[in-house]
Amino acid sequence: MKLSRNGRFTGLALAGALALSACGSDQAVENGAAPAGSADCVEGGGTLDGAGSSAQENAMATWIAGYTGTCEDTTVNYDAVGSGAGRTQFIDDAVTFAGSDAAMDETETEKAAERCNGSEVVNIPAYIAPIAVAFNLEGVDSLNLTPEVIAGIFNQEITQWDDEAIAADNPDADLPSSEIVPVNRSDESGTTENFTAYLEEAAGDEWPHEAEGDWPIEPVEAGQGNSGVVSAIEGGEGTIGYIEASHLGDLGAAAVGVGDEFVEFSPEAAAAIVDASSPREQNTEHDLAIDLDYTGAGADAYPIVLVAYEVACLEYESEEDAELVKSFLGYVTSEEGQEASAEETGSAPLTDETRENIQPTLDAITAGS
Amino acid sequence: MTTTDSSATPQTPKGKRRIGDVVFANTASGSGILILAILAGVAAFLIIQSVDSLGANTANFFTTTGWDANTREAPAFGVAALAFGTVLAAAIALLIATPIAVGIALFIAYYAPRKLASVLGYIVDLLAAIPSVVYGLWGIGYLVHQLTPFYQWLSTSFGWIPLFAGPVSSTGRTMMSAGIVLAVMILPIITAISRDVFLQVPQAHREAALSLGATRWEMIRMAVLPFGRAGIIGGAMLGLGRALGETMAVAMILSPALVISPHLLQSGNQTIAAHIALQYPEATGYGVSALIAAGLVLFAITLVVNMGARYIVARRKEFTE
Amino acid sequence: MTTTTKKSSTGASGDGPAPMQRTLLTGSLPRYFAPALLAGVAIVTGGLLFALGTFSIPLFAVFTVVTYTVLVTLASARIESGRKAKDRLVTAVVYTCFGLAMVPLISLLWTVARMGVVRLDGYFLTVSMNGVTPTMDAGGVYHAIVGTIAITGFAALVSIPIGLMTAIYLVEYGRGRLKNAITFFVDVMTGIPSIVAGLFVVALWMVFFGPGTTNGAAGAVALSVLMIPVVVRSCEEMIRLVPNELREASYALGVPKWLTVVKVVLPTAIAGITTGIMLAIARVIGETAPLILTAGSSAVAINWNLFDGQMMSLPVFIYSQVRMGDAINYERAWAAALTLILIVMLLFFVARLVSRFFAPKFGR
Repeated sequence: MKLSRNGRFTGLALAGALALSACGSDQAVENGAAPAGSADCVEGGGTLDGAGSSAQENAMATWIAGYTGTCEDTTVNYDAVGSGAGRTQFIDDAVTFAGSDAAMDETETEKAAERCNGSEVVNIPAYIAPIAVAFNLEGVDSLNLTPEVIAGIFNQEITQWDDEAIAADNPDADLPSSEIVPVNRSDESGTTENFTAYLEEAAGDEWPHEAEGDWPIEPVEAGQGNSGVVSAIEGGEGTIGYIEASHLGDLGAAAVGVGDEFVEFSPEAAAAIVDASSPREQNTEHDLAIDLDYTGAGADAYPIVLVAYEVACLEYESEEDAELVKSFLGYVTSEEGQEASAEETGSAPLTDETRENIQPTLDAITAGS
Repeated sequence: MTTTDSSATPQTPKGKRRIGDVVFANTASGSGILILAILAGVAAFLIIQSVDSLGANTANFFTTTGWDANTREAPAFGVAALAFGTVLAAAIALLIATPIAVGIALFIAYYAPRKLASVLGYIVDLLAAIPSVVYGLWGIGYLVHQLTPFYQWLSTSFGWIPLFAGPVSSTGRTMMSAGIVLAVMILPIITAISRDVFLQVPQAHREAALSLGATRWEMIRMAVLPFGRAGIIGGAMLGLGRALGETMAVAMILSPALVISPHLLQSGNQTIAAHIALQYPEATGYGVSALIAAGLVLFAITLVVNMGARYIVARRKEFTE
Repeated sequence: MTTTTKKSSTGASGDGPAPMQRTLLTGSLPRYFAPALLAGVAIVTGGLLFALGTFSIPLFAVFTVVTYTVLVTLASARIESGRKAKDRLVTAVVYTCFGLAMVPLISLLWTVARMGVVRLDGYFLTVSMNGVTPTMDAGGVYHAIVGTIAITGFAALVSIPIGLMTAIYLVEYGRGRLKNAITFFVDVMTGIPSIVAGLFVVALWMVFFGPGTTNGAAGAVALSVLMIPVVVRSCEEMIRLVPNELREASYALGVPKWLTVVKVVLPTAIAGITTGIMLAIARVIGETAPLILTAGSSAVAINWNLFDGQMMSLPVFIYSQVRMGDAINYERAWAAALTLILIVMLLFFVARLVSRFFAPKFGR
């Protein structure tokens, strides 16, 4: 009796669901309204699964929209589970490619050999995002900060806004004698890793910690994700934090000292540092991981950047996987794909030089016999 | 009214048990056993998955506050700070929410006009369904700004109590805020269950009390509360369970630090659930296993709390008087 | 019911007996006293605060409530009796509790409604996010509605029978160790943190389907783990409250036990059970953390298949939009929150109808 009642109820729910399904559609935008693509589609289409970095989430959504707008038969899923989980899923053969804020290290590459049909793993730089040092200080719109001063602030050694070290580089700013509230990420992230890597290299002794994805000291204030940090900076007074530039909004961003100059962030300035940096030493022929050079890039380059990679196998077991990865990553690193993501997320488009380096790697991706 | 336990009284005549009865009884007890199996599965999984990292841990898991687990060599992590933060947040939430929830439940059941009461009951049920993400959004975008001046006042007036010691966090993203948002979150749950139980108090009891000249409060104290106590505790436990395990709202509101600090108005402390949510995506090496170990501790905390609650309930178990 | 008894009780001490008796026993404040006093206090404190130039609504509310409570208790203690005074005090406290709790709750609902309505329209409800870039002024929530309905529905389909049968077992059949064990562990289970339930399913799926497998069914199983104990607890309370006389009457007529349960016990408790189940659904429909781990957070297209591919749900949609962090993402998040609340309202409405339709009709 009770069950039949439930049955009736379920029936009602099902009927409602069916009624709903009749009026929903996947056509949120009309065909052609999506960024017109010129991707090199795979005949017959298929499904491509990726997972990883959440820093790339917005860019990836843009690329997927652009790619599937052209290649209608293909479905691309990207699960922004985080770089670590993405790499693990890639190694476990759960996804075909991974998005990662850091290139795979040697142990991971070794472990991935099994899923890669014994071949090696390639790290392809695809997403370059400037990291802005954002602040919220009444009456101050712009700040010049040297790496040493940034390190001092985030290491909680410079605690007042009118500290001499800050005032020295900002003679025009009206700095209040209020407390500095540094804000860091509360979750482990590639943004933190790149930021601390920058401080480690550029600030010398002022930053006594190693580069890592987890904030190394007890925080004054912390927020979850870029949006969490932004809301903490906006919500407090005298706050300063590091965020991916696309989340900056109305907040002020500091110009960062490079040599004797101060560079404001811009996508072009951020892309410049990638060109100026050298490949990672242990790279194999097709691997494109780079070692960022934070200090020697010159006064045109904005030094605090996040470089995110797409991680793929050089050889896949199935023909379909290889073709889809080649095709999709080809679109991602194309001029068009890079411009689309730059427009959407404020990232720095790869330079022509970098893109030329990527092409041979993509061409080398094959399916094993 | 009979005083006997319902399960003990009626017996089908011995000998010939009806087939329907047998099937029904077995399905019922089978469901119960299935629940035990699920729970055993959860516990077994947690233990098996955490053994790995606990074995490799170079620090004392229960007394260390730091968390250095994302490595394959010599991880050192502990749950001391996390466990403290979890219990602290849940305790604040429960202390604030339970009395207020009982108050609302009484209001809906015995004070409000009937029409209003049914509307209110509806709203309360509705609020239980709001996802924690939305509570988090509301907390971080609206509530903390309203609370900061109050914290300032609390700190200047009662700063000599360590709990309220300054300096007050200028963003308001503190343990106190997390506790208050958790309290708001569990309020509807405790209220809904308490109200349901209050409404089930036999009318005869209430009318007897009133006819003896009791005031409304005396009627509630003598007839309603003793009857509903187990229900209130049950509701509070459900709320506590949600408060202990709440992930997203805390992760969004609290500015965490792995320290043991009694200062509710400063940023700091962290709960186990929020820590898992924040660390899980980027966990490598022993990281995942260590987080599962933290989950196991959370599980153990709820177990201990529940045992305490059951002990209290068991002492007053007469449902039908 | 309550109101009538209340009236008669105040009436007994109010206008019934002779004035002589009234002075002998206790005095009684007139019915209009409490509201009049409250209004008076409100005007005075409001005026005072304005005069001092520190008027703010919270301050005003606090002063008014405290002053009123003190005054009404003192007045009642003087004119009526100590017992009456206590009653007045508690009444004031209960009303205050209610008011205090309604402020944040109403504020929350109001915020969601105000922010959500900006983007909530037919287009938003009927399209997915397929082919929409994060900051594009387009896209909707249909795929998330589908996911929420499918996942929660499947979870309910699993949990309700198990939960209800367990509750029946506990009240009608259970005894001894097994009953105690189940009661105890159901309590323990209510405390399982949602994220742990998610982790559990992740591992379970890893064993059966390989690593990284995310689909709607995994999410539904995680939600079931959370939902079952809530169903058991609330159904148990409700079934237990069915008077024994009803059962005994049924047995006396020779009705078998299982039929008694199905025909007498459950219909009597149906209203409470439906509320309990609704509350259980309400609890899990807003879960975010376990669904991110199990059903994925990246699906942008409509997917009705629980067993194949990622499935978006409304809470996860809200979370991922918030994480993207642009103004338009927040608009979508609030609108999705409002959608979720509307769905729950609809669900409750249906439940009310169901329980009204099926509840036993008492001859009145």
